[in-house]
Amino acid sequence: MADIKRTATRQAYGEFLKEYGAERKDLIVMSADLSGSNKTDLFEKEFPERFIETGISEQDLYAEAAGIALSGHVVAASTFAMFAAGRAYEIIRNSIAYTHANVKICATHGGITVGEDGASHQTFEDIALMRVIPEMVIINPADAVSAKILMRKEFERDGYSYIRLGRAGVPDVYDKDADLQIGKAVELKSGNDIAIIATGIMVDAALKAEELLAAEGISARVIDMHTIKPIDEDIIIKAARECKGIVTAEEHSVIGGLGGAVAEVTSAKCPCKVVRVGQQDCFGGSGKPAELLEKYGMTAADIVKAAKGII
Amino acid sequence: MKTVHELNEIARDVRMDALRGIHAAGAGHPGGSLSVTDILVSLYFNVMNVDPENPKMEGRDRLVLSKGHAAPALYSTLAHRGYFDTSEMLTLRKLGSRLQGHPSMKLCPGVEMSTGSLGQGFSAAVGMAIADKIDGKDRKTFVITGDGELQEGIIWEAALSAAKHGLDNLIAVVDWNNLQIDGVVDIVKKVAPIDEKFSSFGWATFVCDGHDMQALLDTYEKAFKVSGKPVCIVARTHKGHGVSFMEDQAGWHGKAPDDEQLAQALSELGGDR
Ligand SMILES: Cc1ncc(C[n+]2csc(CCOP(=O)(O)OP(=O)(O)O)c2C)c(N)n1
Ligand SMILES: [Mg+2]
Repeated sequence: MADIKRTATRQAYGEFLKEYGAERKDLIVMSADLSGSNKTDLFEKEFPERFIETGISEQDLYAEAAGIALSGHVVAASTFAMFAAGRAYEIIRNSIAYTHANVKICATHGGITVGEDGASHQTFEDIALMRVIPEMVIINPADAVSAKILMRKEFERDGYSYIRLGRAGVPDVYDKDADLQIGKAVELKSGNDIAIIATGIMVDAALKAEELLAAEGISARVIDMHTIKPIDEDIIIKAARECKGIVTAEEHSVIGGLGGAVAEVTSAKCPCKVVRVGQQDCFGGSGKPAELLEKYGMTAADIVKAAKGII
Repeated sequence: MKTVHELNEIARDVRMDALRGIHAAGAGHPGGSLSVTDILVSLYFNVMNVDPENPKMEGRDRLVLSKGHAAPALYSTLAHRGYFDTSEMLTLRKLGSRLQGHPSMKLCPGVEMSTGSLGQGFSAAVGMAIADKIDGKDRKTFVITGDGELQEGIIWEAALSAAKHGLDNLIAVVDWNNLQIDGVVDIVKKVAPIDEKFSSFGWATFVCDGHDMQALLDTYEKAFKVSGKPVCIVARTHKGHGVSFMEDQAGWHGKAPDDEQLAQALSELGGDR
């Protein structure tokens, strides 16, 4: 296989902060002893006076971010997804959401592709946790290009959000002038036998699955659900009407994330078969990202299998 | 009982196998593994009542590595102590291995608490010591934390609990290397003076050289004489200790040596051992 260019969405985040920081003087960026991993160090080098290092104190990080935002700033506050959505959960709920603070929770190292660090660092619960917080906007970009476009849109908006970013490089799915809107999913491939609704790194896997299915005469629609909340109900209902069923694909638990959100929409508005590809209610473990995706059933082949199971 | 000379020899082997494991994995945390090795070796070989043949032995002392990223040092110490073969170190961080990136008590014999999320191991160790008080069990709980880790609020919540319960069956050792990922602890978010902070939280405290086996052993002796209070030993260490190019370098917190770097590290540590 030819070498495809791969960029991690966390890298796009760091580059975005550096660009955007020059435009927005009220932008404050924060990290909790992970500035190199989160890529917030790219901003820190440019604007040290607007960078805040909290040390290894994630609860403090998000409550301080709330205080700074409520004093008139837009704040990007970062740590690993495990410690953002997990460790600081109730602080995000009460000090950021309940107060409507303009904090962008930019969480890197989401999902199984964290790799060798193992189960203690691999979160499959973060999207589910964030989804139950009222009015939380959740963005899970498929590639570095869309990550930058969506972050710019989100940072222009006044409000809190959870932006899930990855550790490992992903191939580009989009062109840099793609017209993307928060809350509006993208149909990347048309097809009427089955709809694959994917998010994050699973969008690339869904595109590969579409090719594999096409080779067997099955036409798959591929949808990038980059915004998990608010979810694009229209595109889901349309897929439910026009296809024989839906496969959801996410690097997250099959409980409470994209799969759960899609099933909530279809069950109320247009019942159809929804099969969820994702982490099957178990902990992860150490290994290389590709090995882990295979072991835990989050590859193109798993999507194909799910699709065939419906048809 | 090992002599100080023997302990130093063991520590050298433990460091070498920890590095071999990290190198084979292509990822891991050498800096904090090398800084904590002497603390682990002194405890497991001369202080703790444990039985590698029977890891769940009733009445054994327990140790929680709250700075779970130093797992390679813990695994290597356990291997040299006889819990499993040192060759298993080469499976570190690999798919299906018992030696996960961060310690898993469900998988690895001798590991008493699954850690990796900083701060929680310390608090769990306080819980273990409370349980032993309630159950009238006469044994010790040891917990090892990083100095950067002390920035987690949970540490201080648990420190208050430990003092409240008068946990003289609990000994915390702080691996005071003054480095964390983003740099010098004193600059990132100062935690010093660590001993005074713990004293004011109601703990007995001692400061010692964390790379001097005799000093560590003497300090544990003193700690065992304390009654009515938990003990905190602030052990002065150096990240990357024993490998010149890793020593006191924040950049070696979380990356694996390449072939050449491993060869150099092994030759500095042990010659042709
Ligand atoms: C709750 C939590 N936050 C962040 C991390 C990521 N992390 C791993 S090691 C580390 C630095 C630890 O520094 P220190 O406690 O001083 O350990 P040492 O210097 O001994 O390696 C950080 C921030 C983590 N594992 N857990
Ligand atoms: Mg340290």
